[in-house]
Parts: sequence; structure tokens; C-alpha cells
Amino acid sequence: MARLHPNGPKPTQITAGRIGLYVFLLVAVLFFTLPLYTMVVTSLKTMDEIRLGQIFSLPSKLDFSAWTTAWSGACMGTVCVGIRSGFWNSLAITIPSVALSVFVGAVNGYALSLWRPRGASVLFGLLMAGGLIPYQIFLYPMVRAMATVGLYNSLAGIILVHVIFGLPLVTLLFRNYFVSVPEELCKAARVDGAGFWRIFFEIMLPIAVPMVVVVSMLQFTGIWNDFLLGLVFAGRDNLPMTVQLNNIVNTTMGERTYNVNMAATILTALVPLAIYFLSGRWFVRGIAAGAVKG
Amino acid sequence: MQSAVSIKDLKIAYGDNTVIEKMSLDIAPKEFLVLLGPSGCGKSTLLNAIAGLQDITSGEIWISDKNVTWEEPKDRGIGMVFQSYALYPRMSVRKNLSFGLRVAGLPKAEIEARVARTAALLHLDKLLDRRPAELSGGQRQRVAIGRALVRQVDVFLFDEPLSNLDAKLRNELRVEIKKLHQSLGNTMIYVTHDQVEALTLADRIAIMRDGVIQQLASPSEIYHRPANLFVAGFIGAPAMNFIEGRIETANGSPTFQSNELSFDLSGYGFKTPPVSGQATLGFRPDHLVLDGAASGLPTIPGRISVVEPMGSEAVLWFDWAKQTLSLRLMGDVTLLPGDALSPGLDISKASLFGADGSRL
Repeated sequence: MARLHPNGPKPTQITAGRIGLYVFLLVAVLFFTLPLYTMVVTSLKTMDEIRLGQIFSLPSKLDFSAWTTAWSGACMGTVCVGIRSGFWNSLAITIPSVALSVFVGAVNGYALSLWRPRGASVLFGLLMAGGLIPYQIFLYPMVRAMATVGLYNSLAGIILVHVIFGLPLVTLLFRNYFVSVPEELCKAARVDGAGFWRIFFEIMLPIAVPMVVVVSMLQFTGIWNDFLLGLVFAGRDNLPMTVQLNNIVNTTMGERTYNVNMAATILTALVPLAIYFLSGRWFVRGIAAGAVKG
Repeated sequence: MQSAVSIKDLKIAYGDNTVIEKMSLDIAPKEFLVLLGPSGCGKSTLLNAIAGLQDITSGEIWISDKNVTWEEPKDRGIGMVFQSYALYPRMSVRKNLSFGLRVAGLPKAEIEARVARTAALLHLDKLLDRRPAELSGGQRQRVAIGRALVRQVDVFLFDEPLSNLDAKLRNELRVEIKKLHQSLGNTMIYVTHDQVEALTLADRIAIMRDGVIQQLASPSEIYHRPANLFVAGFIGAPAMNFIEGRIETANGSPTFQSNELSFDLSGYGFKTPPVSGQATLGFRPDHLVLDGAASGLPTIPGRISVVEPMGSEAVLWFDWAKQTLSLRLMGDVTLLPGDALSPGLDISKASLFGADGSRL
């Protein structure tokens, strides 16, 4: 056979490896979407239909009553008000926690990387060590400490706990981001007369917008999905959505309403899911920026 | 003497590592002083100390006859230009220029007037609304210079401002900086490792090594009468040629003797009366005359190994006694590698260094 004279773009070839790769990707996609699919269809079925046991079949007719029940009528023990209050509790916990932890972490990272106070590396090392120790170890001393200062079982208490536990990761990410900022930028601003806070707000924070977005999303998802800390520290009136979801799903009285459970679960997962869908582009960009520079 | 910047017994050290050793330096008003030296010689550290961005171990820094040793950078009456431009990335050129003035709380009209004047001076008028990312390297550095100018201070500090630019832009901006100095008449302290920048810009050059000033003199003095071997070898491209040997004063008039050569030193301007001993003879490639026999000068016979034509001039590298020496010629050369030559050396332009490396 005459050999081809190479000219222009190299022709692409379909190899066995490539086909294998696509098959693997397809299987991976199914692995992650099938449970979601099952949850969605189950939530739209009536209990009679669910009892038929065909979990992959589409509902015979769309029935949204499970969703309304999950939102406003599902029972936790003897109280039947749905997961609604948990949703608002979660927002009330998550939004201030994210805002505070991102702000404090950004200031930490900025100070540790660009001002290097005496003992900065020791401080940073301790903070990282704190991030590596499992939460469970802190629980009891933390409960005692919060009770002592009168913040146990309160909204402020759970927010404070989330901010403290979020700081190591947030500080680490911001520190690594700011380390790549040339030191001379800070020096130039000091010659221009700007102080610590002015440099932070007018120069560094605007540079770090991609990181702020990424960290906010990480923190939002982490805090929204938290169960343990919310259960222990939030108190009866502030239980987050995850804890209430557990209470609904694990209620042992009467019939197990799978459709309501599924709907409540999807509702709980909806917020982080929406955040990733709406800001995926930012997320990738911020992570990439951090990876390239840091 | 009134001085713009005065450094008194300055010492900077990190633990046992001394970066600047007991330095004293007076810079006159309107002077253009260049701090020149290899990487790690402490020149940038010194500049940062003058700016107030670097903690010092001991000593004093005076600017405009005021002791500013404990002052914040903004209160020292300085403007500074950095190698990496250090422009605020999220601000327009206009905002970059006006940042310091806004921090200082100047009235709006005053800020606008100053920004407009500076922009006109540096040809930045059309770029005022652009972001730094939308500017070329040369434009960015002009903005950085503008940010120092707009502060209307007496002393400008430049920290290797041209090192990030390509050769052509570097030449253009070098001329612009010189023009600026001539028209503004401010005191400028300029750090660089580029000897061309130092020689072309400076009124005086301070050559530093290991935190110590080796020689502080005019560019011409430093080029023609280097104070020691380090300065002699650092300044000049191609580097100065060195021949090891001895000075003999036995027969009345001093001579320089190496294994192959003997030069009469009566034409050399000794700082102190010559004594016999180890010495190094240094001479620049441009201090050799191609046709030594015709000139009547003592000659160094050799054989050409490499010819480097550079248009207006050419450098000949020739082998002599296991060493390679260089010779600079103006114009075109017809000589080829392998040709013999016997250049003459004008001893009055050469430099002699004693065993300790300092000039004789």
C-alpha cells in the first residue's frame, strides 16, 4: 500500500482505547444519574404505584402531592409541618456562616501571605493541623465551651461553629491564592499610603473574586449538607434541613411514604445542586486559577 | 552639605546574615544615583530600606534633611517604581494613577489636574480608561512611572524598572527616564544590574558587592579607573582583560613582568609610589591598538580565534599564552580566525591591581 504523504492536519484515528474510554464514561454517567432518576420518578408516583416494585418505570400519571406533603405536611415524630421550616433554618445558618467564614478566611490568607507577621508560619501550621483533626474529637469540648459562653443551642452558636470549622480550608485556599500575588503590589500600595484594610478591600479582594466565588460555593455546599454540627449545636428551633430530612425519613410510625421521602431528599439537595449548575463555569475558572498560580 | 537622601551607618541583617554592612551614603539634590551590582548584593534591599518597606537593624535614613528612619513609606516623600510594574490589576490607568492621591484625601479637582498633567507628560492620555492587562509592557511601566510622578515628591526610587522589558523598549524607556530627570530635576535612585543603564543614566554609580559599596564615582571614572578588580571585571562588555604578573622596581623605573611579557610602567599613573610585588594588569578591549608595531606601543602578539562583527564595531578574540584576550575595533574587519596579530597596549589607559585586588 502506498504510504500517505503527510500533509495538513494529522488524521484522527479511532482506536480501541478511545472506544473503551467512551464506554467507561457512559457507565460512569449512568452510575451517577440512575439514582437521581429513580428518586425523581419515585417522588412523582403514588404509594400504590410504588408498591408494584418497578422502580425504573415512569409514573403512570404525574402526581405532585408527595412534593407538597414533603414541603409542608410531612411528619417528624408527631409534628407534621414538612421540611419547610428546615429550609429556612438552613438558609439562616448557611448564609451568615458562608459570608463570615469567607471574609475571615480571606483576611487570614491575605495577612499570612502578604504581611507575614511574626510567627505566621507557626500560626498557619496550627490552623492546618486543626483542619486535619476529625470533627468528632472537638464535639464534646466544643459543646462545653459553647454552653459556658451561652451560645449552645442557638443560631449564633451554630454559625460560630461553622465559621471556626470552615477557617482552615478557607484560609488555606486564600493563602495559596494570595501567595501568587507579587509582593511588590503590596509595597506599591504602601508607598501610595494605603494601610492593611485599604489594600485588602481595594486591591486584593478585587483580584481574588474568582477565589471568593469558589470558596463560597465550597462553604455553602459543605455547610448546607452538614448534619452532625447542625444536630449537635443548632438547638431544637434551628435544626437545619438535613436533620429534619433525617427525622422525616426515619420516622417509624405508620407507612413508609417513599414518594414523600424522595421528594424531601431532592428538595434538600436542590440548593447546592442549583449552585453548581448556575456557577459551574466560575467554579472551574477559580479552581484552575488557583491550580496554575498556586 | 545639604543632601536629598542621606544614609548613616545603615546595617540590615537577618540573624547572622548581614545584607548591608555599616553603610553611609550621601545623595545630592537632583542627583541621579545608580546602585549597580550582581544579584544578591543588597542593592534592592537598600532601596527598600530607603522607601521604608524594609526593616533595618541599625542606622539612620534622612530624606530632605528629615530623619525618616521610623516614618511610614507614604510620609517619606518618595515615589517608587517596581520591576514587575505592580499596577493594581482591577483598576483603570486613571484609577492606578490617582490611588495614592485618593488615599491622601486630596480634593477631586486637584486629583484630576495632576492625573491629566502626568498622563500628558508620559503620553498616557489615550490609555487612561484601560486596564493594566490591556497595555503593553512599555505602557505598563510608563503607568508605573506616572504613579510615582503624580505624587509630586522630591525623591524617586526605581527598582530595576526596565528588566522586564525587551531590548528595544528598554532602550526607548531608558532615554525617556533620562529626559524626565533632566526636565523634572528630582533626585533619583535607580537600582539595576545592567551596566549599560548604569553608565548611560547615572551622575554617580555606586557599585555594590555583598552589601558593601566597592566604588562610588562618576560613570567615566568607574569605567576608566576602576577601584578594584571586582569593579574592573563587572563593568565593561566584553570584560576587561587581565594578565597576572609582578611589578619590579629594581632597575629604577617600574616594570610589569609576566612569563611572556615585560612592560615599562613609567607612563602609568600610580596612586602611590610603586613597590615590587604581585600584581594584575587590566586593560579594556578598546585600549588595544590593532597595529602595535606602527604605534610604537609595547605589543602582545597572538593569534585570532574568533571574530565577532557587530556592525559599527567588531570584537577580536585572540590567544596569547594560554589565555584568550579581546580587542575592540571600530568599523568592519577583514581579519579571519587563524591570522596572527600584534596589538599594542597604551599603558597609561590600563589599570594595575595589587595582590589585595585594589587599584595601584
